[in-house]
Amino acid sequence: MSTTTANPDDFHGSHAHDDHGEHKPAFFARWFMSTNHKDIGTLYLIFAIIAGIIGGSISGLMRAELAHPGIQYLHTWAMWMDGPDASMDQAYHLWNVLITAHGLIMVFFMVMPAMIGGFGNWFVPIMIGAPDMAFPRMNNISFWLLIPAFVLLLGSTFVPGGTGNGAGTGWTVYAPLSTSGSAGPAVDMAILSLHLAGASSILGAINFITTIFNMRAPGMTLHKMPLFVWSVLVTAFLLLLALPVLAAAITMLLTDRNFGTTFYDAAGGGDPELYQHLFWFFGHPEVYIMILPGFGIVSQIVSTFSRKPVFGYLGMAYAMVAIGVVGFVVWAHHMFTTGMSVNVKMYFTAATMVIAVPTGIKIFSWIATMWGGSMSFKTPMMWAIGFIFMFTVGGVTGVVLANGGVDDVMHDTYYVVAHFHYVLSLGAVFGLFAGFYYWFPKMSGKMYNEFLGQLHFWVFFIGVNLLFFPMHFLGLSGMPRRYPDYPAAFEKWNTLASHGYEIMAAGMIIFFINLIWSLAAGKKAADNPWGEGATTLEWTLSSPPPFHQFETLPIIDDAGHH
Amino acid sequence: MATAPHTPPRTLADRNRRTLMMGAVVAIVSLAMGFASVPLYRIFCEKTGYGGTPQRADSVAGIKIATGHTLSIRFDSNVTPGMPWKFYPEHPTDTITIGSRDMAIFVAKNMSDKPVTGTAAFNVSPSQAGAYFTKIQCFCFTQQTLKPGEEVRMPVIYFVDPKILDDPDNRDTQEITLSYTFYPVENGKKPS
Repeated sequence: MSTTTANPDDFHGSHAHDDHGEHKPAFFARWFMSTNHKDIGTLYLIFAIIAGIIGGSISGLMRAELAHPGIQYLHTWAMWMDGPDASMDQAYHLWNVLITAHGLIMVFFMVMPAMIGGFGNWFVPIMIGAPDMAFPRMNNISFWLLIPAFVLLLGSTFVPGGTGNGAGTGWTVYAPLSTSGSAGPAVDMAILSLHLAGASSILGAINFITTIFNMRAPGMTLHKMPLFVWSVLVTAFLLLLALPVLAAAITMLLTDRNFGTTFYDAAGGGDPELYQHLFWFFGHPEVYIMILPGFGIVSQIVSTFSRKPVFGYLGMAYAMVAIGVVGFVVWAHHMFTTGMSVNVKMYFTAATMVIAVPTGIKIFSWIATMWGGSMSFKTPMMWAIGFIFMFTVGGVTGVVLANGGVDDVMHDTYYVVAHFHYVLSLGAVFGLFAGFYYWFPKMSGKMYNEFLGQLHFWVFFIGVNLLFFPMHFLGLSGMPRRYPDYPAAFEKWNTLASHGYEIMAAGMIIFFINLIWSLAAGKKAADNPWGEGATTLEWTLSSPPPFHQFETLPIIDDAGHH
Repeated sequence: MATAPHTPPRTLADRNRRTLMMGAVVAIVSLAMGFASVPLYRIFCEKTGYGGTPQRADSVAGIKIATGHTLSIRFDSNVTPGMPWKFYPEHPTDTITIGSRDMAIFVAKNMSDKPVTGTAAFNVSPSQAGAYFTKIQCFCFTQQTLKPGEEVRMPVIYFVDPKILDDPDNRDTQEITLSYTFYPVENGKKPS
């Protein structure tokens, strides 16, 4: 970030008595009862990587099945899951279980824990010069609530959920499929899983808000905070306002399912459309919850590797605030086909397109930051530029889909799948990798392998574009989402997409080789491996940082780079 | 955190606790709004006719008949699977003058050998006509109990508000379908 420069002299004094801050608890107490924001951040990152492997493997199963028309493997898998006499209907149900699991795992157990729990925990306190989060024990609860949540979701796969085993409702859990359409405990377990994950995130959000508002170092005003901290602050507010609405919506699902209420059942005067409104009132802010921390990460990286302060810092910060605010009043663009009047559609179309304005401010400010900068294309910068490119593609298709009239045609086609994978799978995930490579030396104290990092980027970049770009064509030709089969006319692009998955998976293998090699044999990382462009406080600490940092609060001087 | 005496300036722990409480209040209010949306949504639909929710009135008093402007009304009747009733309109279609009071008769017969209580959900299509389709009296306002084999003729008294003629969204509306679906009420416990 631009206007903040920590004066390194302020810290050398405190380094002297760091040794008493280095007393780490024993293994069990350190990792299972942890109240240290860096350790909890590490736990979140490990958790997200494990969940990402599971969720990513599920998408591999789906791409294998979709590589060719007809049913290839699905029935065999259904026989593994439901016994040797599994019917075709159970196989189709298994498909629904796979898409549901992939969506829920990637949203709630990969992107959110990695972005907010992982990088947020690790670097928000450090970047504002705080010794830890405001409520370290609550931080611990936030993380450990995720474990039973994930176990419940994975466990739901093995209990009846209606037609077959598992919750096959889609990540949206729409009624009546999720109520009268899915007998058995699987959907109850999935709903409880969402409750726990939601509670975890709400506690985490309150923790971040408190930390950022109350624990900034002297001189660290709100308008001097690094943009990553701004992004987490806005995200925390979105979580705090949106997740309770989801909790209410799915609680009513639960009572409809088990206690005879009829909130979403027309037979008792309810309305299933109400569920959709509530879900998307949460669901649309949720997509910004996933992408905003990525915006923050990319801002730090672009500034660091251009050796320039971020262009238009205040505009960047308030663009995120604007995206957060407007994100709450556009939800029904997910429901254009539910039979809205023309006027309602016009409002939601216009409001949705308004979001392109602050988003455009961010894209152009990143480009303006690079303009005239002394750029170096290290691995984190490659991922950050990849993020900007991919997110722009996804943003453009988003503006297309925002049109209520166009969406009547595109709704529930692969065009939508392509759109949200470009913004999330390629946007959020590129942001995650950018942050991971950027902060890996700081977190681990080891340098990653630059060649493997670059290779990972290029293989992954080519793979995901081959994987998702053809889906635009499939969607425009009318291929609907959420089916395991399709007419032969769609085969060519589907086969190509499945090959794209294979290339992407190869990229992930490179990532894990790099990760393991770097942890085992990586070069020792300097305190600041990125040079003068890296001006935020984490680079003033050792790599890895001391177990307790900033026991003497740093003073943020005003000099800056302006 | 220091356990400082309770004097200003407030300690960090105090300020943190205060922010925590404010955050918790925001989350609880947000949760409450989630539940409050159930009645709010119903009121919104009833007031605006959103999603084809018909309106209610006590009489046609004050409504001017729009002579010469007619609309075709189609009646649709359903029972949920497992509901042992026969349920149908006496006349499947009707042509009415906009603004005038009309009556349609629906017939329901209990085909089972047990008394069955039912309640009807209702809607009109196209949905933008909901704000103008007004019912004065309807069997759907209350629950209906039919003894075994009993058959009843049930009236609906309604009119279409002449304001529909000024609504550009209803320029193409030439026919309104009034639809009912009867659901069983277990032990008469569910209010509709």
